[in-house]
Amino acid sequence: MRSHRHAILFIALSAAAVALLVCDLLTGTTPIPISQIWASLAGSGASDEYAVIVRELRLPKAVMAITAGIALSVSGLQMQTLFRNPLAGPYVLGISSGASLGVALFTLGMPLLGITAGSAASAIGITGMAWTGSAAILLLVMALSRRIKNINVILIVGMMLGSAISAVVGILQYVGTEESLKAFVVWTMGSLTNVTHADLLFAVPIVAAGTALGVAVIKPLNMLMLGENYARSMGLGVRRARTMIFLSTTLLAATVTAFCGPIGFIGLAMPHLARMTFRTADHRILMPASMLWGVVAMLLCCVVCDIASRIGVMLPVNTITSLLGIPIIIAVVMRNRNSAS
Amino acid sequence: MIELRDIRLSFGQRTLIDSASATLRCGTITALLGRNGTGKSTLLRAMASLGDVQRGEIRVDGRPLRKMNAAETARRIAFVDTSRIHAENMSARELVAIGRSPYTDWLGRTGAEDMRIVDEAMTTAGVAGLADRMVDTLSDGECQRVMIARALAQTTPVILLDEPTAFLDMPNRYELCTLLQRLAHRQGKCIVFSTHDLDIALSLCDEIALIDSPRLHHMPTRQIVGSGYIERLFSSPYVRFDAATQSITLTETAAEG
Repeated sequence: MRSHRHAILFIALSAAAVALLVCDLLTGTTPIPISQIWASLAGSGASDEYAVIVRELRLPKAVMAITAGIALSVSGLQMQTLFRNPLAGPYVLGISSGASLGVALFTLGMPLLGITAGSAASAIGITGMAWTGSAAILLLVMALSRRIKNINVILIVGMMLGSAISAVVGILQYVGTEESLKAFVVWTMGSLTNVTHADLLFAVPIVAAGTALGVAVIKPLNMLMLGENYARSMGLGVRRARTMIFLSTTLLAATVTAFCGPIGFIGLAMPHLARMTFRTADHRILMPASMLWGVVAMLLCCVVCDIASRIGVMLPVNTITSLLGIPIIIAVVMRNRNSAS
Repeated sequence: MIELRDIRLSFGQRTLIDSASATLRCGTITALLGRNGTGKSTLLRAMASLGDVQRGEIRVDGRPLRKMNAAETARRIAFVDTSRIHAENMSARELVAIGRSPYTDWLGRTGAEDMRIVDEAMTTAGVAGLADRMVDTLSDGECQRVMIARALAQTTPVILLDEPTAFLDMPNRYELCTLLQRLAHRQGKCIVFSTHDLDIALSLCDEIALIDSPRLHHMPTRQIVGSGYIERLFSSPYVRFDAATQSITLTETAAEG
């Protein structure tokens, strides 16, 4: 009965993902007929102009959206289970703050290095520094967590570190030039538009590795739902599991943040959507379900952005993900409170 | 079988238990008694390898606990405490099935044999009827029994329980402790549980381990009643232990109000 329901949901979500992928490839500032899209992807019979748009712009963007949807959802699910907190998400350990510190430092230094905003060098610099900043924060949190037994203390430390770094970033913005400030703000709004094949060559394998690690901790996550004490009493090496989960989350969230900027609420909301629709606590189901929901949500956001851009409104992807994710979070929290009382 | 060999346990700088030795055998049920804050939980956690031992050694089936990894320990010792499980969308049967973790593969897949053990554990713990209920809809008493079924599904010779009767009403307390006694006597398990229910401990348990900081007195129930330890430990201006009736009575001070 239950597995029947799961199968139907998996099929429906996959179908929705494929449909949205087609929509995403179809939409954009230049109208392209579906036959030309197919021809461009197949590599024959398409006009050069269309082929370039589809292959160099739309396809990389769609692949990055799928990658981001998977990465954020998997890391959000891991954080919610590890911290046993429905409001935990990929950024709870300060990953996005670390990334923003890296980007703030870079954009501030850009004029000194003679790099202009929007150039290839600035794109590489922003990505590299975002990743470096995230990784630095994670190393700090992991080093501190070795000395902390209580998982909630780690959560608080991560959030406080994040807030402290945000304050430093604020100072940096204050002293920065107008140009560097603009470059920074543009990054914080998140974007999928300037994705290149080279970006994908870097991002996809790292996210694949992070996802593989995520799959490897499915059993530990199921055990951790009962709390760390019970998990340990049932044979889980809790420290090792924690390290693997942190590592997976950083690979996933930091990479996406580096390339697309901080994308809010997908990682927070999609695991909840997976729980609500699949009605299970088993991570063997929840993990792929969250991934699929993440893919659907990100592609949907992209389509919305594309349609908006066609009528001349350039929406940052972050605003759309927030508008989509926040109602879901509110619904979940209210439902939980109601059933608990 | 669990052996404590001259162990010392501390909480921060404070020594709770010192030079404690005891042998807890299979087929017996032992109640761990002691005033609040004297180290009952600390001792149980140390025995479950969830806490540190400052000196001495704990052995399980003759092997030092310290030298076992988490997976080896999990096949010998199951642990139950009072923390409630807040998991959305998890049925009681699924929760009990997580108890099979020490035996399942990397993905935690349970086979037919695992599920047979799970169902048997639920029947033994008297929660077979709750199998499809969601965990967050269970009452405290039901939840405690489901957690015990989970410990049974772990198929360990030793089960340690930290205040399993804490949130239960009187009939549920006796029912639960009778279940624990059956597990010890019929299935030959070594059951150790901490409790403040003196009457239950004295009427249902084979042995008593009593923490009289920093000493640990471990002896058969009959012997401890006559030893005078209980009188000394639980005496206050308000209550007094009566060895003849094996019960706590109010003193005149308390009666006068």
